[in-house]
Amino acid sequence: MGLVSQSSTTECEFDIEFRGVTKRFDDIVAVDDISLGVERGAFFSFLGPSGCGKTTSLRLIAGFDQPTEGKVFIGGESVVGVPSHKRPVNMVFQQYALFPHMNVNENIGYGLRQRRPKPAKQEVLKRVDETLEMVRLSGYGKRRVWELSGGQQQRIALARALINRPTCLLLDEPLAALDRKLRREMQIELQTLQRDVGITFILVTHDQEEALSMSDNICIMREGKIIQSGSPRKLYDEPVNKYVADFVGKTNFFNGEVVESTDVTVSVKSDSGQVLTGMLIKGATAPANKSKASVAVRPEMISISAADATNNSANIAIQGRVLNRIFLGEHSEYLITTEGFGDVLVLSPKSIESNNQGFAPGDNVSISWKPDAALVLGDT
Amino acid sequence: MRIYAIAVFLFLYVPIGIIVLFSFNAGRHASELRGLSIQWYGKALSNPFVGDAFTTSLIIAFSVAILSSLMGTTAALALQRLKGPVRVLFDGLIYISVMIPGIVIGIATLVALVTVFDFLNPLLAAGWPEGGKPPKLHMGYLSVIAAHTLFTMSIVIILVRARIAGMDRALIEASMDLYATPWRTFYQVTLPQIYPAILAGFLLSFTFSFDDFIISFFVAGANTTLPIYIFSSIRRGITPEVNAIGSMVLAVSLCLLMTAQFFLRDRARR
Repeated sequence: MGLVSQSSTTECEFDIEFRGVTKRFDDIVAVDDISLGVERGAFFSFLGPSGCGKTTSLRLIAGFDQPTEGKVFIGGESVVGVPSHKRPVNMVFQQYALFPHMNVNENIGYGLRQRRPKPAKQEVLKRVDETLEMVRLSGYGKRRVWELSGGQQQRIALARALINRPTCLLLDEPLAALDRKLRREMQIELQTLQRDVGITFILVTHDQEEALSMSDNICIMREGKIIQSGSPRKLYDEPVNKYVADFVGKTNFFNGEVVESTDVTVSVKSDSGQVLTGMLIKGATAPANKSKASVAVRPEMISISAADATNNSANIAIQGRVLNRIFLGEHSEYLITTEGFGDVLVLSPKSIESNNQGFAPGDNVSISWKPDAALVLGDT
Repeated sequence: MRIYAIAVFLFLYVPIGIIVLFSFNAGRHASELRGLSIQWYGKALSNPFVGDAFTTSLIIAFSVAILSSLMGTTAALALQRLKGPVRVLFDGLIYISVMIPGIVIGIATLVALVTVFDFLNPLLAAGWPEGGKPPKLHMGYLSVIAAHTLFTMSIVIILVRARIAGMDRALIEASMDLYATPWRTFYQVTLPQIYPAILAGFLLSFTFSFDDFIISFFVAGANTTLPIYIFSSIRRGITPEVNAIGSMVLAVSLCLLMTAQFFLRDRARR
């Protein structure tokens, strides 16, 4: 949690900060003593499976729930006990929660109309028009919200929140209700929007692809605790454990027992007796001998060659047979069954395969990877 | 099966149809139809007793509808915040009060009110300042209104709660999130969402109170509501005039029920 350690030096840089926050619902601990800081203007994501406490964390910021212990800070000020209508944050709800009895204009202007002294009607309407333009829905003001498509409703929900120029925009699985193609478009749109308005965005999602593609920083949660936070690149390249590696991107795990370790590498003996060596993540301490560990290799780091081809001696090579091949356009996904290491997933780019037709199910192949492509990870 | 269904419907609606038909009877006997006329409607409307009873019924029904929709709505809003056994208890009590037969409510209210009045009246008389005439509590408008409201409030609670349950909870949170205070959230979001149920509850309460005979019969005291007037006049034989009054009550009730139904129908909104 490198983010927290910065808090002593650059305190006011944080728009949102959690200090030792715990939230209990009766006997259930939804959020368990978490501390984190979100930098001003950042795109931050809470990522995790359902029930990991990510939505509760968001609701603690919005003020729909109050922490049992600890403090939440918004813009450097503690908001303990401050009700949601007095907090300078706005939320985009999962099902949008647009007011069905109001048209688009009335929905978007709702936040402005709550201001006291009440702004002039003309002023509100002007701002609404500007915001509609921002989400590319000019001219939709008089429509009823239920007449709009899912993507349009999504943008109205965004506009309704952004018009208030909040310190921080909270997004609760905002794209979950959209179909795949639209989701992709909205991801790009959200990112562009965030850069344009310069407001801190906090996203809650269970979709790792969504979190990876949009965020500056991601916080991976499990059972109310933060497992790891950092940039998408860092989480992908240097996961602290198997859970993170599994959650962020696809990974092959070769499980076994630690037999030998140095400062930078650890050797793991698999159940079938073969030994694989992986790199230790920077700063991590090597697991003890005989403890359980996994060697993790990303599918795109593995290359396939025909079984009889000679391998570069520096690489680790395993013999196997192609079980299945899925052609995915720019690359192919192979499932290869191996002796002693189970099934291995391999992503092979088309550019490499262009000289031949790739491999077909049943072909005997040899898979290999560079020594530094393998990481050694503990189970927790 | 179809024949049975037809028989059931005939049994239900033919008598009502006959009443309406005979209210247009030109003759003076209820049993034989001698041409059509609207003279009995004229007779009924110009009858001062009918007019008085009608006014009484209207005053009572209006008061009941207003009281029960106000109290029922606030109760429904409060109940939705309750949890656990207390909520189960209140839910049960509400449904029971809808299911209790009118005659039981009538007798129970009568006994309760008589007991209270018997207890309070001597106290009032004793405590009243010298020279003044102490008021005497008795059965009247208020007792009928109270007894009707007891029943109709539960109907409103049930209708409004169903509407609240069907409402997206996130709408309230969205409103709070957009800086609306709890009170403004209530009248800008909650109320517009639940008003169809409140209106339907108002109309159903009105209809119930307007049509009720049993409860009113017990607690109305000296007042005569329209159903009580009809009951007392048919003891002198069923005249086309009674049929005309009945038909008018029927028409008013049906209109109100249909309006209530219109509000309860989900108009493609959430």
